Amino acid sequence: MSRPRSHYSGLALLREGLSGQVGWQPAWASPSPKRAYDAIVVGGGGHGLATAYYLAKNHGLTNVAVIEKGWLGGGNTGRNTTVVRSNYFYPESVALYDFALRLYEGLSRDLNYNIMLSQRGMVVVAHSEMEMEISARLVNAMQINGVDAELFSREQVLKVAPLMNSQPNARYPIFGGVWQGRAGVARHDAVAWGYARGASHLGVDIIQNCEVTDFIIEAGQCRGVATTLGEIRADRIGLAVAGHSSVLAEKAGFALPIHSYALQAMVSEPVKPVLDTVVLSLGTGTYVSQSDKGELVFGGGLDRIPSYAQRGNPPLQEQVVSGLVEMFPAFGQLKLLRQWAGIVDVVPDSSPILGPSPLPGLFLNCGWGTGGFKAIPVGGWMLAHLMATGSHHEISKPFGLDRFATGRLIDEAAGSGIAH
Amino acid sequence: MHLITCPFCGPRDETEFRYGAEAGKQRGTAEASAEGWSRYLYGQRNPKGETREIWLHLACGEFFLLERNTVSHAIHRTQGLRREDRA
Repeated sequence: MSRPRSHYSGLALLREGLSGQVGWQPAWASPSPKRAYDAIVVGGGGHGLATAYYLAKNHGLTNVAVIEKGWLGGGNTGRNTTVVRSNYFYPESVALYDFALRLYEGLSRDLNYNIMLSQRGMVVVAHSEMEMEISARLVNAMQINGVDAELFSREQVLKVAPLMNSQPNARYPIFGGVWQGRAGVARHDAVAWGYARGASHLGVDIIQNCEVTDFIIEAGQCRGVATTLGEIRADRIGLAVAGHSSVLAEKAGFALPIHSYALQAMVSEPVKPVLDTVVLSLGTGTYVSQSDKGELVFGGGLDRIPSYAQRGNPPLQEQVVSGLVEMFPAFGQLKLLRQWAGIVDVVPDSSPILGPSPLPGLFLNCGWGTGGFKAIPVGGWMLAHLMATGSHHEISKPFGLDRFATGRLIDEAAGSGIAH
Repeated sequence: MHLITCPFCGPRDETEFRYGAEAGKQRGTAEASAEGWSRYLYGQRNPKGETREIWLHLACGEFFLLERNTVSHAIHRTQGLRREDRA
């Protein structure tokens, strides 16, 4: 059952502007939950909403509910630094992340919702001859896997990021770097809202402020969820609840190879355009881009203390800010505007977990670590495929939970050598 | 900034410490199945709330037990792991 929606266009803007803005349909409906669905997606962030959208669009499953304990995109989808890229090392990872990037490239048109994708390029800066060797290895791997990549010289790095510290006494001198021109940023809220609008239009029920408190398990099979709004039944349930994957897995009776850590990010006060690309330094671990509003959006590594507190801790904040000021001395004049953190699922090999769970009927999309935002389209696509067909998509096959017993890990922390 | 009490050195700055692992894991025998070994190596309770963990004081190299809350970050207790500490 599809729902009507307004088509967004310049013409629609003009028409509504002239007629008092009264003709817009709500972007998505807020129905009361039914007692049963064909499929339930737990988690109304980017991955969950994308899953619902692709269940409806790719597989014709429209009797679907998305259940979210808070508001849409209020978890890590609303807390990340909006970078999209596919500069990974292993073929399995490149297939996964480049599929996501290709979907992002067509997403505004597909969803009829401007996700403000800006493919401004990203440079991973190397600071020694050894790091240049590793960078060349990564560029070669990316090129062999069919993804755009270029090994930048010092001059090329300073051309795309002229404010970087190029002084002879720099603690981290610039030797060059890895450039991916198709990388960039997208508007994080728009990705969640666009998928929500698309899914709702195709008939999906989006239910906010409804927390899943337990699973209904009958004869060893997952048959639904108990929620704060009562029991809701379905034979296929997808879990897209990054940060809280272990908490829900425990309710379903199994453990995951996941640590929950806080990943913090911050923005400076807004300034005029100073940086039109994304920069990550291998030396400081800090990465930065400038938002359309002019704020510098930056972050770094994880707070390496297992945590469910959605706030950053001072020692790492200091390290990240120090890194930024070392990379861009001029930014030392700026004031911090906001600082926050999201709770991310960290897996030993820094690769996601996609596949069936130990509980039949329950499917997993978790373990994206610090890089879940860039993977939203592919995470949704793969989980939808799993839920609709009961089996893996070719791309998600290597990322099953069974890899931790077979030993076929996909160690991107060692492979691509960049922050996750 | 947190102060964490090393059982050997006393209260020190949090930056001197490192999280090691969840406490209470039992290593399997040589006959352990692949799944059992995987559970030991990679499985985590990863609790939201109260937790017991093994931490390391980087300055002195002492491993110890730390009880804390993963939501409030409150630290309740630390205890040495030596036989006499546990007695």
